[in-house]
Amino acid sequence: MTQPAKIFVSESSTPPPDAKQPVKPSAVRTFLRGRGNSAIADGIFKALVFLCALSIFGIVILIAWELISRSHLTLAKFGLGFFFRSAWDPVNNDFGAFPFIYGTLVSSFLALLISVPFALGVAIFLTEMCPKWLRAPLSFLTELLAAIPSVVYGLWAIFVLIPLLRDYVNPKLMFTLGWTGFFTGPNAGYSMLAAGVVLAIMILPIISSLTREVMTSVPMVQREGVLALGATRWEMIRIGVLRNARIGIVGAIILGLGRALGETMAVTMVIGNRPEIVKSFLAPGYTMASVLANEFSEATGDMYLSALIEIGLALFLVTIVVNACARMLVWAVTRGAPARVA
Amino acid sequence: MGVGIKISDLNAWYGTNHSLQEIQLDIPANHATALIGPSGCGKSTFLRCLNRMHETNPIARVTGKVLINEVDIYAESSPVEIRRRVGMVFQRPNPFPTMSIYDNVASGLKLNGFRSRRVLDEVVERSLRQSALWDEVKDDLKKKSGASLSGGQQQRLCIARALAVDPEVMLMDEPASALDPISTAKIEDLIFELKSQYTIVIVTHNMQQAARVAENTGFFLMGKLVEFDSTHKIFTNPRDKRTEDYITGRFG
Repeated sequence: MTQPAKIFVSESSTPPPDAKQPVKPSAVRTFLRGRGNSAIADGIFKALVFLCALSIFGIVILIAWELISRSHLTLAKFGLGFFFRSAWDPVNNDFGAFPFIYGTLVSSFLALLISVPFALGVAIFLTEMCPKWLRAPLSFLTELLAAIPSVVYGLWAIFVLIPLLRDYVNPKLMFTLGWTGFFTGPNAGYSMLAAGVVLAIMILPIISSLTREVMTSVPMVQREGVLALGATRWEMIRIGVLRNARIGIVGAIILGLGRALGETMAVTMVIGNRPEIVKSFLAPGYTMASVLANEFSEATGDMYLSALIEIGLALFLVTIVVNACARMLVWAVTRGAPARVA
Repeated sequence: MGVGIKISDLNAWYGTNHSLQEIQLDIPANHATALIGPSGCGKSTFLRCLNRMHETNPIARVTGKVLINEVDIYAESSPVEIRRRVGMVFQRPNPFPTMSIYDNVASGLKLNGFRSRRVLDEVVERSLRQSALWDEVKDDLKKKSGASLSGGQQQRLCIARALAVDPEVMLMDEPASALDPISTAKIEDLIFELKSQYTIVIVTHNMQQAARVAENTGFFLMGKLVEFDSTHKIFTNPRDKRTEDYITGRFG
C-alpha cells in the first residue's frame, strides 16, 4: 500500500587528517589546560556552604537551650503541667500557659479559615482569568498588603474593624449562629474574632502570592490535557491546576500559619488581652506573643520573668509542632503519588 | 465509528502572524491522515483548530468553517462539547501526575459526571487494551501514579485517556517524537489498529511514519496547504515541486 521514503546516508568526503603531523594547540586549549583542577576552590566552597547549613541547627539548638535554662524556676515548680494550667496570677506567683496557647491557636486557625478561600480566589483569578492589563496592578496591590507595618493594621482595626464588627457583623452572627455557642455575647468588639480577621488580612498576601507562583509553574500541557477531554474552565482549574499545585498550596498555607502564630502587635491591639478560655469567638482572649509583648517590661519577680520565658518556649514548641503536623499531612496526602508535575 | 471532517476557508492567527491561510481540506472518515511539513509551517496550528484548542491562547484567532460530521464546530457548537467528541494526544506525554493510572484513564468520564463504577471499570480496561498498555499496568492500576510510567507508556496512557471518552476523531500532535524507536513502533501499530474505528489526524516530522500509518498525507508550507493526496502519491509522484523538494530532503 505504501512504501517507505528513502533514507540517505551521508558519506564522508574528506580523508581524516594525518595523525603524525604535530598540530600546534590553539590559544583556547592552552589556556584551559593551564587551569588546573580547582580542587581546593571546590573544597573551600563545600566547607563554607556546609558551615552555613550547620549554623541553622546551631541557632535553633541555642534558642531552645536559652529558653529552657532561663525558665528553670517555673519549669521546676510546675513541670510540664505549666502548659496545661489556666492560672495567671503574678502576685501569688501562680502561672500557667494554657489560655495563651489556646488564644494563639484559635486566632491563627480563625485567620486561616477566613484567609485561605480568599487567597485561593485571588490566586485563581490572577493566574487563570485576569485580563492582562489588570494582572500587574492587582498582584502589586495584593503584595502591598504585606508591606504595611502590623501596628498600622492594629490602628486600622481599632478605629475601623472593631466598630464595624461590634455594630454590624457581630449582632448578625449572634442572631444567626448564636446557637452554636461560638457567637454569644457580651459583644465588646475586642475579641478573638477581631484578631482572626486582622490576621487573615495580614497573611492573605503571603498565601495568595505563593499560591500564584505554584499555579503559574504548572505546565501548559497539563491544562491542555484536561481541556482536551472536554473540561470546562472551572474543571480545568480544579483538575489541571489546583490538583497539581496542591502541595505548593499547602506549603503556602503553612507559611501563612507560621506568620499568624507569631504575629504580635496587631493582635495585641485588638484581642482584648484577657487570659481566659471562652468558647465564644466574640469574647476577648490573649496570645503567647501578646502576653510577652505586654508584660515583659513590667515583670519584676524572677518567677514572673521565668514564666514569661517559658511562654516563649511554649510558642517555640507550638510553632514546631504545628509545622511538623502540616508536613505530616502533606506527606500523608501525597504518599504514593509523586509531587513532581511532568 | 469515525466521522469525516470538512474544512473550508480556514484562517488562523497568532497575534498578527497569519499562521494558517485559506485551508480547504476534506479528511475522510475512518482513515489516518498525516500532516507533514517543516517546523513552523502551521500543521500543529491546523490540528489545534480541529478541536478549538487554538483559541485557548488569548492572542489567537480563527475564521472559516470546520464541519465535523456536518456540524460546524465554530458556529454550532461550544469548545467543551466539541472536545468531548474530538480526542487529542499531545507531543509530550502529559499524564496527570497526581492521579493513579486508573484515574488518569477515567478522568474524562469522571469530570463529565460519569459515576457508574462497573462501566468505568469496563471502559478503563477496554481503553488500556486498545492502547496496548493493559498487560503492563493491570496489576497496579490504582497503586501507581500516571507519572511513574516510562515515557512510551505515559504516551499510551494518554492515548487510553483520550479513547476512554469514545471520541469520533482522534488528533495526534507528533505523538511519538519524544519517544524511542521501540515505543514509537508500538504507537504506530496502535494508530494502525485504531483507524478502523476512529478518524485519525496525525502531525508528524517523521516522513517514514507518515508513510507507514496514513492513507492520505497533506504537506504544509508557510501556513498553506501545498498538496493533499494519497500518501503513496505524495511520496512517489508529488504534483508540486515544493513537496518533492521536501520529501527528498532538499530542504526542511
